[in-house]
Amino acid sequence: MGILDRFLRAAHFSGGVHPDDHKRPAADAPLRVMPPPARVYVPLVQHIGSPARAVVAVGDLVKKGQRIGEPQGAVSAAIHAPTSGRVVAIGDIVAPHPSGLPVRGITIASDGRDEWCELEGCDDPFALDPAEIGRRVAQAGVVGLGGAAFPSAVKLSGGLGARVELLIINASECEPFLSCDDRLMRDRAAEAVDGIAIMLHATGAREARIGIEDNKPEAIAAMRVAVAGQSRIRVEVIPTRYPMGSEKHLILVLTGREVPAEGRPSDIGVVVHNVGTAMAVRNAVRFGRPLVSRLVTVNGACVRQPGNVEVPIGTLAGEVLAFCGGLRADHGGPARLLLGGPMTGMQVPTLEVPVIKGTGGILVLDAAEVGEGEGGPCIRCGDCMRACPVGLLPLEIAARVRAGEVEKAAGFGLVDCIACGCCAYVCPSRIPLVQFFHHAKGELAARARGTQRNETIRTLTRAKAERLERDERDKAEALARRTAASLAAATEAAAAVEKAAARTNEESGACA
Amino acid sequence: MLAAILSLTILGAVLGAVLGVANRFFHVEGNPLVEEIEALMPGSNCGQCGFPGCAGAAAAIAAGTASPACCPPGGRSLAVTIAQRMGVSLAPGGADDPGPLVADIDESICIGCTRCIRACPTDAILGGPKQIHNVLRDACSGCAQCIDQCPTEAMVMQPVPITLQQWFWPKPALQG
Repeated sequence: MGILDRFLRAAHFSGGVHPDDHKRPAADAPLRVMPPPARVYVPLVQHIGSPARAVVAVGDLVKKGQRIGEPQGAVSAAIHAPTSGRVVAIGDIVAPHPSGLPVRGITIASDGRDEWCELEGCDDPFALDPAEIGRRVAQAGVVGLGGAAFPSAVKLSGGLGARVELLIINASECEPFLSCDDRLMRDRAAEAVDGIAIMLHATGAREARIGIEDNKPEAIAAMRVAVAGQSRIRVEVIPTRYPMGSEKHLILVLTGREVPAEGRPSDIGVVVHNVGTAMAVRNAVRFGRPLVSRLVTVNGACVRQPGNVEVPIGTLAGEVLAFCGGLRADHGGPARLLLGGPMTGMQVPTLEVPVIKGTGGILVLDAAEVGEGEGGPCIRCGDCMRACPVGLLPLEIAARVRAGEVEKAAGFGLVDCIACGCCAYVCPSRIPLVQFFHHAKGELAARARGTQRNETIRTLTRAKAERLERDERDKAEALARRTAASLAAATEAAAAVEKAAARTNEESGACA
Repeated sequence: MLAAILSLTILGAVLGAVLGVANRFFHVEGNPLVEEIEALMPGSNCGQCGFPGCAGAAAAIAAGTASPACCPPGGRSLAVTIAQRMGVSLAPGGADDPGPLVADIDESICIGCTRCIRACPTDAILGGPKQIHNVLRDACSGCAQCIDQCPTEAMVMQPVPITLQQWFWPKPALQG
């Protein structure tokens, strides 16, 4: 153990950076719980997958934890009321997203009582069938709280098809400024470990490893105490290096095995969940409590009282900031607003956006922290190449994207880029490399959508042409049938007339 | 005499067989590039490119007299695909590319005459006689054939609204 072990492991993942973590003093401030605000704005899509469908109407009274959005499709998540009150609007609200575009959501005016609806808990989760745990977690709308917000039940109940041998709990929290997982482990270690044990039971994995970076000694100590009685759960101290919290890198460091490109951890029998998700799973299974609040780090030089706050989902980021004492007058005012961390978080144009399930941080940075400067030309120093934890050539990819040749950029492995931002962090010319990559990925996706659309339209055009042809043919056949029928009728009539005439002739002949 | 007849007959038979085999194996059916491009196009024959239908446009593109970007319903993705297939570089779209347009119906003045429904090559318009019609945006090819059919001018071409799922970062502007 110890130094040798650490050295061996560190040799496994190349690249990465060591940014100043800025985690303290926010990480050391005690956890605070924010009361529900006067209004909550709950988007119907807070996860990866299809949006939920609203199942309440304007004017309805809702209790805290009541389901207000029904999941749609295989990958989706239920949405619940974060507090009790009345639904006052269902419509567009500003999305917590850099574009500032609207998203469909439900606005609830709080009644101030914060009353829970009836909850279905369970005293002994370990007696439950793993599939039942998956069902309860899905019912509670739990998604990955590390940031990606992938519906947890899909990963828990073997929805990915492969057999899981190892459960990895991601508590590395490698993003600078963020400390909500750290605070959770310090203050609620026993509950978190209970959640991990439930997840272990649900996935059917043999053991669970909790990966914590060595810059969080208090959290490591607290978790070591909490796992003392558990033989199948282990705390692993890993070196502090960004992006340790990237799923594939964490797996590499903890197991020495690599997830194939474009593959999933389940391909090598591993599943990774965030430690905050473990807590949410515990609340869902033990108490039937849906995911209606989360821990959020409020940090940055402009914040008066930085720290960690338990915030009801749907609270406006600005109100959370006000709860933390608002903004400081000095420091020259906020230079950048971020949701999430500074490396992978989202820059937002306004703080009038709601906190959603995937929001781990609200950062208000000053000019010194942003450190923005004039971008220069690429000097081909290769620093980005050495920093890239995936082993790509960011300078080559960016040059292709800049020339508008996104297919060539894709040929340089753009799909494997995890957008961690290490390259942009080390770039001496301050080239916005990650934005180039985001742009190129978006462009490729748009082209794929366009091709798909053209194909659909070709099929539809062909279908209509065929239908018209068929109609024409049917019409012609019907006409032919009708003509034939009338012809037959006419012939028959003529024959009858002839016969009658013949008979008359005969009769008259007979008479004559 | 017999030898001459026999040798010429054999020669004729052999050469005929060679020609027959060559016709089977080296057969060229039109211009394969034209067919390939035509297969990529929407096929709604809307005529917005100024050529007689998609086949005409495909022939013009293959001959180099039309730009690969001449098909408005196909949009940028089609232009890129064709340019790649032909090995030509696409002139930068820039400001003159308004992005894809789709039909939209002003429901307040639609009288439910079903003329647009009959004109639509992709069956993208829903409705019945004396019922307000509506456009299925995902199925609309943007061919604009319905626009002139409408007696009340309720139909207009609108840019496709950008949603949260489709938005992506613009390319950073850089000097140097």
